[in-house]
Amino acid sequence: MLEDFFLRSLAATFGIAIVAGPLGCFIVWRRMAYFGDSLAHSALLGVALGLLLGFDPSLGTLAAAVTFAALLFLLERQKRVARDTLLGILSHGGLSLGLVALAFVTGTRVDLMSYLFGEVLAIGTDDLIWIYGSAGLALATLIVIWRQLLIITVHEDLARAEGVPVARVNFLYLMAVALTVAVAMKVVGVLLITALLIIPPAAARQFAKSPEMMALIAILVGALAGVFGLLGSITWDTPAGPSIVLAALALLLISLAVRPILSGRG
Amino acid sequence: MISREPLISLENVNLRLGDRSILERINLSVERGEIVTLVGPNGAGKSSLLKIAIGLLRPQNGKVHRAQGLRVGYVPQRLSLDPVLPMTARRLLELTENEGERAIAEALRDVGAQYMAESQIHDLSGGEVQRLMLARALLRNPDLLILDEPLQGVDLGGQIELFALIEKLRTQRGCGVIMVSHDLHLVMANTDRVVCLNRHICCSGRPEAVTQDPAYLALFGASSASALAVYHHHHDHAHDLSGACLDGEEMAQSNPTTPNDGLEAEERESA
Repeated sequence: MLEDFFLRSLAATFGIAIVAGPLGCFIVWRRMAYFGDSLAHSALLGVALGLLLGFDPSLGTLAAAVTFAALLFLLERQKRVARDTLLGILSHGGLSLGLVALAFVTGTRVDLMSYLFGEVLAIGTDDLIWIYGSAGLALATLIVIWRQLLIITVHEDLARAEGVPVARVNFLYLMAVALTVAVAMKVVGVLLITALLIIPPAAARQFAKSPEMMALIAILVGALAGVFGLLGSITWDTPAGPSIVLAALALLLISLAVRPILSGRG
Repeated sequence: MISREPLISLENVNLRLGDRSILERINLSVERGEIVTLVGPNGAGKSSLLKIAIGLLRPQNGKVHRAQGLRVGYVPQRLSLDPVLPMTARRLLELTENEGERAIAEALRDVGAQYMAESQIHDLSGGEVQRLMLARALLRNPDLLILDEPLQGVDLGGQIELFALIEKLRTQRGCGVIMVSHDLHLVMANTDRVVCLNRHICCSGRPEAVTQDPAYLALFGASSASALAVYHHHHDHAHDLSGACLDGEEMAQSNPTTPNDGLEAEERESA
């Protein structure tokens, strides 16, 4: 059963889990789940533009996600429109624009479902390089800004008062999320990326006593979800992306059930 | 006390946010070892004034002068850490550019918080969190401590404890303190100078003087004059130079019909 394509899929999900865990923790702590969703939606526009203009869709995705994150970073400085409204506009605007643009691409070349829900079982070696390169960069960025980002998360004004370059750190963080979303799209698709970002940290929260511990457990949960999801997908011939998300969800439910037993609070 | 240069001084500072004028013609300075407390109704610009002192807000005009190499320790208004972020008290202190284990242990001891080092922050009470934040500010070896409503969400016992602590730190470390507070009773008993703010500075001075200032009485209502008296009797009876006791005549002048602002309501809530 351990054929090459399966090992490649597994490697791909591990690559995503390693960076999605820690980044997802900040998404959960800072209540930015909707932001991940919006980024993912806009990524579809990148795919469409890539196909239309003849460059690699992966590159298009990355460009769209990064542009979207930068746009949001700038727009957030104005106070007239609330953040969630802004996100909703950009997110669904991007998604609709992407879907319409895809309609202009000649039909046979595009498998919309593969973008919406991922095609992890079809991942090739070059995809792996792309995934590990981007995930590595995002993770390295996060490690560099970790302490400062934590203070900002605790109290933004306090961070500012202590000389943390808040705008710069926030910008780097958004870029790391954009990078992660762009590569995670290959594995679980546009519609389910957020799940990979927030479900593992949610499960990890049950057991973590420090921010770092939560990030590490989230990586573990994400990787386990990858293994179980892919195995399930092959065994029952179910779509891989949603199966991984379901596995993560199952792990979350187990964590909720196990925690009271472990801590004896039952 | 050789150098009498103020730690920080604001000269004729004006602040506007959008179309609204927040602060007008503010002149204020804080000396080393001095406790200055800002009082005033909601929306009076107290927090904005602190933010200017910290450097988070830049006034449109006027001058802000900081002593050379001034180190500021900031304790923000009521930190409420989301329980979804697991963090022990010690870890929060480690998130500073600190001088290591010993400095952290010392700061914790200074605020009497050693026992909570390994506790999760969201399990701590309001007063404990404030002490922890104070310890965090101390890690920076501040010349000036800036506290934004340190009493919010702290029960009465905790409030008295906290004020005693601030007083102790001032004496021990010789740092200046500037804070915003709502609880007039405690403020008057625990500060060197009161600044009564309502966009502009209505009056300022020693608590004994301020509580008899017509501007103060107009702002807080005549009943607030007793804020000092209550404590005064506990301490001493030196009704001193400013001493013209508040008598009926003055009470009448000070327009006791002035409706109370939100301040008293808030006091009741926190009590």
